[in-house]
Amino acid sequence: MEDEIIQKKMMFIMRRAPHGSIYSYEGLEVVLITAAYDQDISMTFIDDGVFALKKDQNTDGIGIKGFMKTYFALDDYDVQKLYVSEESLSDRGLKRDDLIDINIQIMSQKEITNIMNEQDVLFPF
Amino acid sequence: MKFAILIQDGPYNHQASDSAYNFIQAVLKKGHEIIGVFFYNDGVINGTKLMDPPTDDRHIGKKWSALGSTGIDLVICIAAAKRRGITDEVLIPNARISGLGQLVEMAVKADRLVTFGS
Repeated sequence: MEDEIIQKKMMFIMRRAPHGSIYSYEGLEVVLITAAYDQDISMTFIDDGVFALKKDQNTDGIGIKGFMKTYFALDDYDVQKLYVSEESLSDRGLKRDDLIDINIQIMSQKEITNIMNEQDVLFPF
Repeated sequence: MKFAILIQDGPYNHQASDSAYNFIQAVLKKGHEIIGVFFYNDGVINGTKLMDPPTDDRHIGKKWSALGSTGIDLVICIAAAKRRGITDEVLIPNARISGLGQLVEMAVKADRLVTFGS
């Protein structure tokens, strides 16, 4: 008998800057793997995590491999729920135009909190 | 209740590993189940047997290994481990190196995934 496929709501909380530590990058690796498991995946960008979506990043000067291109591939992995905190953006002087051109939803912290409360699993990175 | 544990930080530098260990002891004491412990990010450094702390301090690697000997699945992420020089040659007994898919499977099977990190 085949195992019943359990689908859970899994949210990846990207709360750290993309560079300066590896959490954002290794967090993204977990997202890509999880995408292969037919789970209901979302990503939330809060605090310095919003910088991950900043356009025109160039990591040459810090000598590390950039991974920004991966965000453009998320749609191909069926990772389509990307929530970005309005407050975190404005606190950092960022506007929609400063971010890469992928399908994201900018929403209030309160709305994000509500979606967070509906999740079965939270992965903080 | 079935718990899965995710550890994101290394031993000694941060309390995450100690807290996770103590949490697991409390969970087991209450009669719940630990379906697995997954070590990711610098958490994989908990899995090296090369650590050699002063003798009057706790030996975190041995504590995890002892826990693993009771049958609790200790999984070190291979991708994170390779970056940090953690291989089968230096791995603590009663742990194993495997892929991120194991973390996803733990998250699916457990009633709660509890994360310890900075």
